[in-house]
Amino acid sequence: MIGLGHYLILASILFSIGLVGVIRRKNLLMLFFATEIMLNAANVAFAAISSYHHDLAGQMFAFFIVAVAASEVAVGLGLLILLYKKYGTLDLDEFTMMKG
Amino acid sequence: METFAFYFLSISIVALFAVTVWSRNILYSMTSLAAGMVLISGLFFILGADFLGVVQLIVYVGAVMALYAFGMMFFDATGVVKEKNAPAMTVFILGGLTALMLVVIFAAPSIANGAPAFYPPMAGANNPQAVGLVLFTKYLVPFEVAAIMLLVAMVAGIILAGKKMDRSLSKIKDAELEGGEAKDSK
Repeated sequence: MIGLGHYLILASILFSIGLVGVIRRKNLLMLFFATEIMLNAANVAFAAISSYHHDLAGQMFAFFIVAVAASEVAVGLGLLILLYKKYGTLDLDEFTMMKG
Repeated sequence: METFAFYFLSISIVALFAVTVWSRNILYSMTSLAAGMVLISGLFFILGADFLGVVQLIVYVGAVMALYAFGMMFFDATGVVKEKNAPAMTVFILGGLTALMLVVIFAAPSIANGAPAFYPPMAGANNPQAVGLVLFTKYLVPFEVAAIMLLVAMVAGIILAGKKMDRSLSKIKDAELEGGEAKDSK
């Protein structure tokens, strides 16, 4: 039988994958993908806790996370397009201005 | 049956998201991310959160991934990304430890106190009905604020991505437009 712990372990594994992606990748679009993975991991944890505690508040917060993710993508992709028009690349190392 | 579905879905999701993070090609990683989102909605259906699963399908797979797909038309995304990566082991250990620390920090209070259920689902109402009842009574103000936030994000996305939209293309004659294009390309 699958318990709450299984879902929470799955959510933490997914969150770790996303976090490794954010730390490791140097491409800005990949950083956005990793952020989506982390938001989805949080959603899985919220839905599991909501289901096993018989409490709808978790699902509500998952909805608001989805809304935040949608607006983050809209604004972030606009900024990404501006950066690409200016620098011609999405590599994070190209954007560093401070040497050291 | 539920056990089989959970293990099948979770192993597939972890594999797909690992491909997303470690793939060198942006197109592969975007495709595997979209597939992982679809499978995560399957997890929501198992958990009885039907409405959340449908929202996940419509918003994430339908809107967010489509937005990425259209955004990629602005980038030269087909090539392999050249990156100078940090040593993988250090990053992996640091990422895992940070995630573990975050989980412990946020799980400790609820384990210690036992979380009381504020909004138990109503008897005799299925999941979308119960979600609607709670969302439009207890969470009405955050709902409206989220609507305003989405509006602001839409305006910001239009303004950021669409510079040069101040000139209406339909009011310019074709020859003039081509001349302007040629001038721009110099």
